[in-house]
Amino acid sequence: MASEHVPLVVKHIDYTGAERLTMNMGPQHPSAHGVFRAILTLEGETVVGVDAVIGYLHRCHEKLAETLAYVQYPSIASKTDYVAAMSSELAYVMAAERLAKIDVPKRAQYLRVLVGELQRVASHCLWLGTWCMDMGGALGGGATIFLYCIRERELVLDLFESLTGARLLYGFHQVGGVRYDMPDNWASECRSTVDLIEKRVLEYEEMLEGNAFFMMRTKGVGVISRELALDVGISGPLLRASGVDCDLRRLAPYSSYEDFEFRVPVETAGDCFARYKVRMVEFRESIRIVRQILDGLPEGPISSRPGVKAVAQVRVPKGEMYARVEGPRGEVGCYLVGDGGPRPYRMKWRGASFSNLAVLPHIIPGHSVADVVAIMGSVDPVFGEVDR
Amino acid sequence: MEIKRPVPVVPAPVWKDVKDLQEWQEHHKSRPETGDKHSALFESLTDGIHRFPGGFVVTTPADAFLNWARKSSVWPVSFGLACCAIEMMATFASRFDVERLGMVPWASPRHSDLMIVSGTVTIKMAPMLLRIYDQMPDPKWAVSMGSCANSGGPFRHGYHVVKGVDRVIPVDVYVPGCPPPPESLLNGLLLLQDQISHFRRTGQRAAPSPKVD
Amino acid sequence: MDAAQARARLAENPDAVISGEGAAIVVTVPASQWTMLAEFAKDSLGCTFFSFLSAVDWKEEGLEVVVWADNIDAPFSLLMKTRLGAGVTTCASLSRIFRGAAWMEREAFDMFGIVFEGHPDLRRILLDDDWVGHPLLKSYAVDTPYPPYR
Repeated sequence: MASEHVPLVVKHIDYTGAERLTMNMGPQHPSAHGVFRAILTLEGETVVGVDAVIGYLHRCHEKLAETLAYVQYPSIASKTDYVAAMSSELAYVMAAERLAKIDVPKRAQYLRVLVGELQRVASHCLWLGTWCMDMGGALGGGATIFLYCIRERELVLDLFESLTGARLLYGFHQVGGVRYDMPDNWASECRSTVDLIEKRVLEYEEMLEGNAFFMMRTKGVGVISRELALDVGISGPLLRASGVDCDLRRLAPYSSYEDFEFRVPVETAGDCFARYKVRMVEFRESIRIVRQILDGLPEGPISSRPGVKAVAQVRVPKGEMYARVEGPRGEVGCYLVGDGGPRPYRMKWRGASFSNLAVLPHIIPGHSVADVVAIMGSVDPVFGEVDR
Repeated sequence: MEIKRPVPVVPAPVWKDVKDLQEWQEHHKSRPETGDKHSALFESLTDGIHRFPGGFVVTTPADAFLNWARKSSVWPVSFGLACCAIEMMATFASRFDVERLGMVPWASPRHSDLMIVSGTVTIKMAPMLLRIYDQMPDPKWAVSMGSCANSGGPFRHGYHVVKGVDRVIPVDVYVPGCPPPPESLLNGLLLLQDQISHFRRTGQRAAPSPKVD
Repeated sequence: MDAAQARARLAENPDAVISGEGAAIVVTVPASQWTMLAEFAKDSLGCTFFSFLSAVDWKEEGLEVVVWADNIDAPFSLLMKTRLGAGVTTCASLSRIFRGAAWMEREAFDMFGIVFEGHPDLRRILLDDDWVGHPLLKSYAVDTPYPPYR
């Protein structure tokens, strides 16, 4: 066989960074926090462009809401932000209540705040654990803090399990109040749990802030300016870390939040470390609110409506209403258009993570590939809420 | 005195009348019962040894050993889809700790044996899921976790939801629940280990047993 | 600026229909004034916090685009609405005014088929690029089958 000698052409590789490379990240990526795909354009190790591909968990929430009655949907609404199911249920239920002008008894309002704040603690536990695991090696056997955080989260989930019977998706709220009252001894268990968690949070802070690698990977990384933050519409801890004093619990109090004393942490740096600081303070403030509720829980009925007997029980008049709550990730809103029937005409779900994620293409360019993981973890997206 | 049995008013549902189940059955007819766990060459080789007079002396202990090894180190690929992924993480973490069963959650599909499909599979995700499943080396198993992965669950009627992950990949153990608590998933994983230890011949699935199926 | 002053400023426009109660102002304008209203809300009323953009399908009456923006210092909120009219699927893009509108408009394009003129990158965001139809239209059945996984 006559073979021609083909000279091997080695393509010149430019190590100075002028050559562009496209790198795919996800949708199965251990630190993508779900099903997120980012198509990164790299120059050397620096990211110069991001194309975020979402929609891998699009479960037709908004279309299904048009086919489900007001009494059915809250348990599906908990599946939007599944890490903080209590706050997403509350957003839907509040929109229906305000539109139909249904009053909620004081005890139910307090119980809603109670579970909302416990949920914030559980959600931030999960965020801290997974974020530190993503940054992995820098923390010396990165799974340590993850295991610690899950340990604390399980304690909160135990409280929820004895309250509602479920660990993750609760179906606790209903139009007009809540479904379950506190069982016996629950208050004292809750008190001892939050005491324990408060102690452990201090431990984490000492452990992380004494770690030089942690500080290097978070300080000055992923800075979001105040103007960009407002423009894109990010909310929650990210917004407060960018120097905007905006907390819906303060700004537009719902469910008797005006009765409680708490501090809204605001940082001005706007980087990953500022977001971490804000969330660490929120741990404590949530625990503070929980204690205030346990001290002053009023007696009375837990729902202004009887339990669910028929699907078409709740009817909502014509009109529109946007109700929003401050979830652990930010503003969780539900824009509801009623047409007088037992089902909404249109429901728009404003997920906090959707807007928070929309900021990534603005802040990632200029960082190295390793920082992408740190930035994405600090944004704390939940993809049930991004894709809905 | 004659005792009359109560007359049922509503007829009991018949398997054949349920449209979705028919479709499910039809779908599974096309899938070979054993053809997804091993290569044809490997099957014919082990089959030849087994049929050779006295060959079973080699294959039976070898199978027993391999099955023991396989079931003791099932590495699930850490692949979270939706709500169930949070419960799967809780199963992997401190309190429930699957590492005592020899399971190490692994980030790369190329080194994993087990895929826990934890959550709703959407039409956009299904090709990716199939690709990740194809990247896993044989023999491999799949656990469908939660009602969304089993049948579509509460989102079954949605336009963008695959009605059960078994339309995309073959599934060994179905774990019911929305979401299944970690205890439930652990039970499913133990059932899977039981199923693995009853592989009939190297690389072939066990016959359905009342305990597992 | 508080909610009452904002109402008065908005009422200067004869085409705007203002409703809503308290700190939640609802204003409806013709589609031709859409970007003007958004600019006015951001620059003059101080509604700098962009919350969401979406649409409602009113069957025969056509589509309606809604935007919610907040003034977080006052605080009051503004719900801006515009009717596109029957059969019209084009709307002016707000992505130059609010950067957050870029993804929200992509979602509205994906779900309702509204073409936002002036949007820098109008693609489907949640569904695949080759998807047929726009699911949140009332004419789209919730269980429309889709091959190959149904």
